[in-house]
Amino acid sequence: MDRPFIIGVFTNEHDILGAVEETRSSGYDIYDVYTPYAVHGLDEAMGLKPSRLTYVCFLFALLGLLTAIITQFWIGSIDWPLNVGGKPFNSLPAYLPVAFELTVLFGGLGVVFVMLLRSKLYPGKKERSFHPGVTDDRFVLVIEVTDAVMDEEVVRPLWENHSVEEVKRIVEMA
Amino acid sequence: MRFSILRKPLIHGDKSLAQVTNDVARPLEAGPTTLWWSAFIISVAVLILGVVAVTYEIMTGIGTWGLNKTVGWAFDITNFVFWVGIGHAGTLISAILFLFRQRWRTSINRSAEAMTIIAVMCAGIFPLIHLGRPWLFFWIAPYPNLRGSLWVNFRSPLLWDFFAISTYFTISLVFWYIGLIPDMATLRDRARSKIKKVVYRLMSFGWNGSTRTWQRYEVVYLLLAALATPLVLSVHSIVSMDFATSVIPGWHSTIFPPYFVAGAVFSGFAMVLTLMIIARKVLRYEEYITIDHIEKMCKIVLVTGGIVALSYGIEMFMAWYSVNEYERFVFINRALGPYAWAFWIMVACNVAIPQLLWIKKLRRSLVTVFIISIFINIGMWFERFVIIVTSLHRDFLPSSWVMYKPTIIEIATLAGSFGLFFTLFLLFARFIPFIAMGEVKGVLNYGRNTKKSVSLSTKTD
Repeated sequence: MDRPFIIGVFTNEHDILGAVEETRSSGYDIYDVYTPYAVHGLDEAMGLKPSRLTYVCFLFALLGLLTAIITQFWIGSIDWPLNVGGKPFNSLPAYLPVAFELTVLFGGLGVVFVMLLRSKLYPGKKERSFHPGVTDDRFVLVIEVTDAVMDEEVVRPLWENHSVEEVKRIVEMA
Repeated sequence: MRFSILRKPLIHGDKSLAQVTNDVARPLEAGPTTLWWSAFIISVAVLILGVVAVTYEIMTGIGTWGLNKTVGWAFDITNFVFWVGIGHAGTLISAILFLFRQRWRTSINRSAEAMTIIAVMCAGIFPLIHLGRPWLFFWIAPYPNLRGSLWVNFRSPLLWDFFAISTYFTISLVFWYIGLIPDMATLRDRARSKIKKVVYRLMSFGWNGSTRTWQRYEVVYLLLAALATPLVLSVHSIVSMDFATSVIPGWHSTIFPPYFVAGAVFSGFAMVLTLMIIARKVLRYEEYITIDHIEKMCKIVLVTGGIVALSYGIEMFMAWYSVNEYERFVFINRALGPYAWAFWIMVACNVAIPQLLWIKKLRRSLVTVFIISIFINIGMWFERFVIIVTSLHRDFLPSSWVMYKPTIIEIATLAGSFGLFFTLFLLFARFIPFIAMGEVKGVLNYGRNTKKSVSLSTKTD
């Protein structure tokens, strides 16, 4: 099914923030906003929920910590207890450096992996672009057309208050 | 919103967003210059010299080095510690300064972190060739094997080091690449030729600037910075434990972890300064990497240099105060013994010369800063040499006292590691955006409501 969208192209951060706020308060659902850099406050303006990736990172880090501690204890005290200078077999302080490193390694790799998975980013993916200038200097607000009443002329006056550069309808082929 | 109009802009020239894209992408899109080619050819030639030396060493054995039964660690471990230390500045800029919200870092973090990754690669070579039989390096990994399983010793700092360095390399690489994805998308959208488009599309992971993705990206960036900060401190601490957990006078010291970390940041920033002062001129990035950036880095050099100088002093004091005759002997031998020349080069380069940076005029003079940074690089290499060789060469048994002298093979290997470093750095500068466009765009004053910024600036700044 073809999906029609209306896009508004803006030229700076201030305008896009204003336009997003006004579009939402006028009751339109924003499909997404595309920007050349991370605009602070834009996610709140769009009403996006805070990311849960922090928890993902914590769980992976915990997994790394447990892996390291359990592996070292099993190797050092159970599978082959090795007497090194008469030190105790289950010497926790000596296990901490490796435990710390694996905590960081698992936490870091895990959260990056989940982020790529969640955002559906992978090497060689064909980008879904509404406007070629988005990675350079354009800020693009996209609204999905869900009913017959909705068209460019409805939102144009709304966006013109925020010096919109261009308003157009784009149809994404299925 | 976040910038006071009274504050000096971080990026000069009142750039628009498109100008930033054009300026950063220009050297990548224009062909390589003669200067680039000549630097590249020299670097590759030096690299080949190193490859020849290492090949000869591996085929013949580490008897080709100047090591003997008293001095078992010398040039190779010195180089290892030196290169790992260089890497620390990159992570400090990309992670620690990010957590401290130092926005000026955006112009230099990409290149400094590339430097980190390359320096860690250079460092990794030395323990590997030090093994003598480098093809058995995988024995350090704890994998089930047919020898028992005979496991690695998890109480050994050398093993901790393997985990620390490999984690550090992996996390730095991932952190750097995540930061690179939006810029790769920019290059993809600008690419004219088909091959470039294909390559950049492959590398940009289908990035399209969606705010939903940016939001997750920002969270991950913050998390990686928070993970990399203790990581970088742990790496050189663990490197220092390779020495500190031994019973050798001169190594057996609890001050080593913070002392090594400060030294690493000190030497790393010196290397960043050396590279940036050249790069900003050659790539014409003077408006991005400004004198203010150089000055701020000089201040970090001054602080960490101060910690290093203090550590030297405390080590000397403890040698005297401990009333341990062996410890005392090592320190007297360092300062007045046969390697006194190396010790005094270290003190001159790391303690005396950096004090010039207290003078604002000198901090803001590119030539002076460049020369000082070279001195610090030399001084910090000598610091590691002094710590390692002077602690070993006169051991507990005077009949085994010897002198260590590097052979031509060792010197060629050290040169070769510099060859590798500059070869990779030049390739980086040629094919990857030297400045993080996506981040610099976020700190411009462009398109921000300046009236609003005045009223808010007192609160947020």
